Amino acid sequence: MVKKASMEDNGAEKLAGQNPGGAKIKALIVDDNMINQTLHRRLLQNLGIENHVVGNGREAVDVHCSGNHFDLILMDLDMPVMNGIEATKKLREMGIRSTIAGVSSRSVDEDIQEFLEAGLDDYQQKPLTFAKLVSILQKVNHMGGS
Amino acid sequence: MDAISQWRKQWFDYIQYLRQEKGFLDDQFVQLKKLQDENSPDFVVEVISLFFQDSEKLLNNMANSFEQEVVDFKQIDAHVHQFKGSSASIGAMRIKNVCVTFKNYCEAQNMDGCLRCLQQLQQECSVLKNKLEKLLNLERQILAAGGSIPVLE
Repeated sequence: MVKKASMEDNGAEKLAGQNPGGAKIKALIVDDNMINQTLHRRLLQNLGIENHVVGNGREAVDVHCSGNHFDLILMDLDMPVMNGIEATKKLREMGIRSTIAGVSSRSVDEDIQEFLEAGLDDYQQKPLTFAKLVSILQKVNHMGGS
Repeated sequence: MDAISQWRKQWFDYIQYLRQEKGFLDDQFVQLKKLQDENSPDFVVEVISLFFQDSEKLLNNMANSFEQEVVDFKQIDAHVHQFKGSSASIGAMRIKNVCVTFKNYCEAQNMDGCLRCLQQLQQECSVLKNKLEKLLNLERQILAAGGSIPVLE
């Protein structure tokens, strides 16, 4: 198999698309912006991670209510219908223990703090890069992708 | 030097000009290029097209907001915030920087400053579109002749 140079540089092939039990990681992208949806999909696909996209927090809650499970949720903050803070709180209330990483272009400390307190495991500022995604995936692996 | 080598050099010099000399693009654009592979040969074109479609919509929304009797700076700030996020995602550095200034003017409810920034955004988008078209045309020319695009660091 030919690996991408960037993956090898980061040692990410060890993480690529698998949790410690060897099972495939499944991710949910929650973002209303098509550019970010496309970019995040591509980054995840590059690591062999199966992914699903929804356009706002309400849809993220609904997809869980339908019985779907994800090891990782990449959650935007500013979205119509239901924002990332409300959605994260709701998912935690529902007992969802997946790794939730906030991914937003917000840089004000108070905004980030509020987002983290809603129940995030990690926060990364947009744009999401390969290195930032690898750092998030390390948390999924440490948490066992529960 | 054969034609393909000349075009490759031209492409490399042009992208360096866009990144280092003029600051149109930053490293995020290089990241996008690296994500494009044989499984997704049109990834960069797809993302750029989405960006310009989205930009047009946001610029129109902003222009409409300024025509209202009562200007809703909070709403305009939300549009600028989206624009800032999209431009950061494709590495459009100059556009992102204008958005940062624009957001400050929205917060201060400074109408003149906001209108100046809107004009600047329209201008920057149009210039970047032309420059990226030139870059992508050069890529198509190289690929059609059987060459490959230089790898960026």
